[in-house]
Amino acid sequence: MSRRAKTAVYGVLCLLALPFLFPTWWMLTSSVKPVNEVFAFPPTLWPDTFSLDAYREAFTLQPFARQYFNSMYIAALVTVGTLAVSAMAGYAFARIRFRGANVLFLVVLTGLLIPSEVTIVPLFQMFHGWGMVDTHWPLILVPVLGAPSVLATFIMRQFFLALPYELEEAGRVDGLGRFALFRRIALPLARPALGAVAIFTFLHSWNLYLEPIVFLSSAEKFTLPQALTQFVDAYGGPMWDVQLSAASMTALPVLAVFVIAQRQFIEGLAHTGVKG
Amino acid sequence: MKRPFWTGSRRDHLAGYLFIAPQLIGSVLFVFTPLALTAWYSLHEWNVLADTFTFTGTDNYQALLDDPRLGDVLAATGLFSVGLVVLNLTLALLLAVLLNQRLRGTTFFRTVFFSPVVVSLVAWTIVWGFLLQDDGGVNGLLKAVGVDGPNWLREGGTAMVSVIVVQVVKNVGLNMVLFLAALQGVPGSLYEAATVDGASRWRQFRSVTVPMISPTILLTSIITVVGSLQVFAQIAVLTQGGPGTSTTVLVYYLYQQAFQFHHFGYGATLSVLLFAIVLLLTVAQWRMRRKWVFHES
Repeated sequence: MSRRAKTAVYGVLCLLALPFLFPTWWMLTSSVKPVNEVFAFPPTLWPDTFSLDAYREAFTLQPFARQYFNSMYIAALVTVGTLAVSAMAGYAFARIRFRGANVLFLVVLTGLLIPSEVTIVPLFQMFHGWGMVDTHWPLILVPVLGAPSVLATFIMRQFFLALPYELEEAGRVDGLGRFALFRRIALPLARPALGAVAIFTFLHSWNLYLEPIVFLSSAEKFTLPQALTQFVDAYGGPMWDVQLSAASMTALPVLAVFVIAQRQFIEGLAHTGVKG
Repeated sequence: MKRPFWTGSRRDHLAGYLFIAPQLIGSVLFVFTPLALTAWYSLHEWNVLADTFTFTGTDNYQALLDDPRLGDVLAATGLFSVGLVVLNLTLALLLAVLLNQRLRGTTFFRTVFFSPVVVSLVAWTIVWGFLLQDDGGVNGLLKAVGVDGPNWLREGGTAMVSVIVVQVVKNVGLNMVLFLAALQGVPGSLYEAATVDGASRWRQFRSVTVPMISPTILLTSIITVVGSLQVFAQIAVLTQGGPGTSTTVLVYYLYQQAFQFHHFGYGATLSVLLFAIVLLLTVAQWRMRRKWVFHES
């Protein structure tokens, strides 16, 4: 490529990168500005004075630590649960011959076409009937067993389909049963696919917004996305400084993990996606 | 001699059913039952306060047709989806092609463009809401170059554009990565052959690249179209459907009707409409694949 073409490509990339980097930059720097500087116009790109007041306020205005824990443990449970359910189902649909496997796979797959927004009204009524409104059960049970795990099952099935049969034959000769074949041979080989499923399942749960605001009503049960929007003044207007510091605390850990492990993140997602 | 009952094949049948049991039971309980209930509820008038649940036949569907806001809601939904899908796929493909040029620093840019995908959705939306205020960061930057920016989220035309752009920047990295992987799978020999035939770069892109990655284009467009119809948090945080009803997309309207106004029956009717639209668009895209998706076999 010629020198001029190269410069042009870099120029376009830098320009396009602006809206991707600027908001995160803005969020992090504004969160450590004192409140009067947050609203300074024209805005400052780097804080003149550092202040952690907004961070302190986030914890006093709401049970923010508790809400943080809620989001963490729900996302962790959903991830582990989804991995178990989808790895088993994906393995069975790919490797075990049983009557009706194809039909049942198609039946499960239609779940992909039914976004949870479509079923939110009856789901609310069902969980209401079971006394589970304002608990975390709907946020755990529906993603693990319902429509969101179907995509995970699909990805796991695609992966297991590509696994050579000889690997299992050796285990069979050694007298391993079905579960042992799955647990000791297939599952350890499936780490890349499991990794990709774990990443997008965690992010999905971490980002959930409609479900928490429909199902949860008491502040100490809230998850992070829901809590972020609750930092409002007496007139319902957002308290920007507190919202930005709370948003930073929500975004930063995941962002840090991503930057450290970005290759595994991106390539894992890309390759499982392409196979599907 | 009696053959043992638990033959290898019988065992496998049982194992198969046990392995899929959680997924299958879960689908019945949390997907198909609520889907059937959605249809059932849509045939009822449901008064939460008076605790009455009366069969009204197709009244809710008549109300849907007579709803003066339905036109606006569908227009907003269509505008959002078309804008999002076109902008997202074009930008994703452009970024993927740029990053596929084997230049130094592409890993860095790939990380940058992908990073919003891992930022919490509501956190991302809040920051943009802050930036897009009348006296926010975006207008501050514009002022620095001498442009007087509009009040992005409070004016009819710009509110929709803002919501679309915020969402595209958030998620385009995912499609970019899928396109990038597909581009890397195109054999270099095809480009060499095309160069020998004297094809320009644009011609190569149209006649080699696009057909070769068309399965990925189909996959990403289906995912993006379905995803665009589910947008909720961004609208709820940025515009609350406004100004007026200009950004009230179907899911947001459904949420308002069911959970703010407690019209559960009508909310279910809107759910049925949403389901019909998702189904229709997915089937249409799947059928169109025969026309333009290239398969090696």
